[in-house]
Amino acid sequence: MEFFRINRTIDFMRLRKPMVILSVVLVLASILLLATRGLNFGLDFTGGTLIEVGYENPVDLAGVRETLRQGEFGDAVAQHFGTSRDVLVRLAPRADVSSADLSTRVLRVLQDGAAGQKVEVRRVEFVGPQVGDQLVEQGGLAMLYALIGIFIYVAFRFEWRFSAGAILATVHDVVLTLGLFSLLQVEFDLTVLAAVLAVIGYSVNDTVVVFDRIRENFRKLRKGTSMDVVNSSLTQTLSRTIMTSGTTLIVVVALFLLGGTLIHAFAIALIFGIVIGTYSSIYVASFAALALGVSRQDLVLPKKEGAEAGGQP
Amino acid sequence: MLNKYPLWKYVLIALVMVIGLLFALPNIYGEDPALQISANRGATVDEALVEKVNGALKQAKLPPLTIENDGRQLLARFGSTETQLEAYDVVREALGTDYQVALNLAPATPAWLLDIHALPMYLGLDLRGGVHFLMEVDMDAAVAQAEERYVEELRGELRGEKIRYLTIGRSGRGGIDIKFRDAEERARAETFISDRFADLVLIDEDRPEGVFLHAAMREQAARDIRKFSVEQNITTLRNRVNELGVAEPVIQQQGENRIVVQLPGVQDTVRAKEILGATATLEFRMVDDTHDAYEAQSTGRVPPGSKLYHDRDGRPILTRNQVMLTGDYITDAASGIEQQTGTPAVFITLDGKGARIFSKATAEEVGKPMAVVYIENKTETTVVDGKEVKKKLRVEEVINVAVIREQLGKRFQVTGLDSTEEARNLALLLRAGALAAPIDIVEERTVGPSLGQENINQGFIATLVGLVAVIIFMALYYRAFGLVANLALVANVVLIVAVLSMLQATLTLPGIAGILLTVGMAVDANVLIFERIREEMRNGNTPQASIHAGYERAFGTIADANITTLIAAIVLFSFGTGPIKGFAVTLSIGIVTSMFTAIMGTRSVINLIYGGRRVKQLSI
Repeated sequence: MEFFRINRTIDFMRLRKPMVILSVVLVLASILLLATRGLNFGLDFTGGTLIEVGYENPVDLAGVRETLRQGEFGDAVAQHFGTSRDVLVRLAPRADVSSADLSTRVLRVLQDGAAGQKVEVRRVEFVGPQVGDQLVEQGGLAMLYALIGIFIYVAFRFEWRFSAGAILATVHDVVLTLGLFSLLQVEFDLTVLAAVLAVIGYSVNDTVVVFDRIRENFRKLRKGTSMDVVNSSLTQTLSRTIMTSGTTLIVVVALFLLGGTLIHAFAIALIFGIVIGTYSSIYVASFAALALGVSRQDLVLPKKEGAEAGGQP
Repeated sequence: MLNKYPLWKYVLIALVMVIGLLFALPNIYGEDPALQISANRGATVDEALVEKVNGALKQAKLPPLTIENDGRQLLARFGSTETQLEAYDVVREALGTDYQVALNLAPATPAWLLDIHALPMYLGLDLRGGVHFLMEVDMDAAVAQAEERYVEELRGELRGEKIRYLTIGRSGRGGIDIKFRDAEERARAETFISDRFADLVLIDEDRPEGVFLHAAMREQAARDIRKFSVEQNITTLRNRVNELGVAEPVIQQQGENRIVVQLPGVQDTVRAKEILGATATLEFRMVDDTHDAYEAQSTGRVPPGSKLYHDRDGRPILTRNQVMLTGDYITDAASGIEQQTGTPAVFITLDGKGARIFSKATAEEVGKPMAVVYIENKTETTVVDGKEVKKKLRVEEVINVAVIREQLGKRFQVTGLDSTEEARNLALLLRAGALAAPIDIVEERTVGPSLGQENINQGFIATLVGLVAVIIFMALYYRAFGLVANLALVANVVLIVAVLSMLQATLTLPGIAGILLTVGMAVDANVLIFERIREEMRNGNTPQASIHAGYERAFGTIADANITTLIAAIVLFSFGTGPIKGFAVTLSIGIVTSMFTAIMGTRSVINLIYGGRRVKQLSI
């Protein structure tokens, strides 16, 4: 079986202008969204208390809220989680109660208000605000260092223009993924951060594969403009690109559909990241390298001086 | 063009796979519900105990599968969690307070695998249920406490040396201030102190309010105290966790001043928090019965050499400043009921030195009242205007005043506690030792056992479905080569599980996600190779040459792509924490194993199929 037997070179770069405009618009929109709406940061980052309980029978949210209000937790956000028997309660860090005791007290209130029903604790999370701050700092730093590491390696193995393209594509993907989370207001927690980091890995993987072919073709094809070389490289790797993105997507979609609620946001980030990472390796990374003026001379290995000298009579 | 691997490569691959299978094997045996029975101080674990447990269980018609005795503790395995839970109650009742009984899940790994140290992966709390605490040690408080001790010591030593000072105490800016009448006396003190206390740096300070000597701890000494306070707290927490009877707890230092405590299977966070976070201790002081405590309370004038306390009902009690005995000398404490009054009591045993001090001190005081002071340090964190404010609370109250009827020695009892529960907690804390510095819970995560099981099942199903879908797709798309790739894919998962088991790394939910991502990357490697082979075939090369060129050409690409991802994974591992780290671990392991299986592994099988003979057509 073979889906993509492509005999002529596809002119990917013909669409470069609309695609670059699209990317710029999306990046700006994402930044705007992040600036105005921000991310719906999860407990890991904001600090606070989260309690997930399971009741024996379906439970009325209004009743739970009333119970919490009477138990002095008027600011608590209660919502159903999956089924009508599962309730999720969220509390911001509070001024009047020692924070470590908060989960204990909320639990007690919920148990007292359950009217004889058995309340099962499914999950309790409490994170101090300072821990959250540190995480933001650490997460950001980890991402920055990862980018620097990638830049150095690609510059060493390829050329600085490729490096710049790879980093541009990676940043593009991260910004768009964050933008999506800002748009959907899906909770951004630690697992999502891990997913964003995975997106970086995936995006770079995809970009490097494409670059590798471009480099090879520059050395192999003696004719044609840089644009032609990039186009034929993208065409040659298209089959692989679609296969790999496809199989990875299968796995991640399975994760989204079957992996359970805890991993939903993680899967969303990965699905989006894989699609966008595939796109960006073509229209961001490759085009950036091209626009920066990557040419045959940069990649063709300089002839060894000794060999040349030896050829002279 | 020959596509043959030398024999040593086959041997190497076979060896890696055999070892991989062997070490991945423990994970399929699952876990038995079990009871872990360990002895409290004084009790022993022996065959008699095995008999006793066995007998009690037989009588309750809850026969265990096996009972293992490793000399330190017993492990009784059961067929189901229901019998385990019922047996838990039965065994606890039969053994009483001498033993700790804990619910546990014991790996059902066969002995021959245990002999080669093949253990199952360690599952994170999000996958198995339990409590995770991140605690912060208040190191400044440790230094402050050390300074307090210096103040006490200096006071005694200076007095003993007849060096007269006006006041001594901790200064507001850290360090200790000693005020003297004149510079001469100060000079004497300085010579004396610098001789005796090498860890203190002394500075003369002439202030408008008088002649001062400022003593500060040397930087190195303060640093040692900070470091020691964390170590001491870890030891204490370990003792307390043992007393809680938790199976396989994790207690580790994280960073400079944080401690991670993980208690798998524990559901009662309230009690866990109380026991782990409390810093309770006792002090024994003689009551100052020559002055009127009520008068001291109303006038606010506490006679020199005395200290004003209150008891639980708010009554003032004056005690002498001198502490007869602190909690440091207590080696054992048990809770119980005082025979005569029927009130809760704590029975205390002292070590040799403590017993000597105490018996000497009480011998002179027979017939006089002694106060037992209960001291508890608590930190309350509140948020004011978005900023964290930590308030330290020190509860000091007299829990008991009793007339010393005779000289007290190694064993004695303390009464006056509110409830048996309180007596039990105090006994537990006294046994487990005091914390060197207050700790503060900054993060708490609990996952219920049902949710943990759900996570495992869902993660497993998602992985399986994703994997099967990819396998079907690959087999359809690349035919024979696809089947080889699938073989490599399965081998890759086996190797990842084996390496995780060998390292005893913790598998968490993000970790599973990391494995899934490497599955995608492993597929990518094979796709790259196979597409290359197809390309070579299209260009008119022979099948053998195409295989050779396909692997050769794709290798550089795969290596570059994988190394860049590996760099990212390693960076994430070094700078990330918690789930990010878990993700990075499985990702890095997965990249390495997928390089091995997707390149070397598939090549070896394809060489076996096609190598060394004339082939007209490839099934690709």
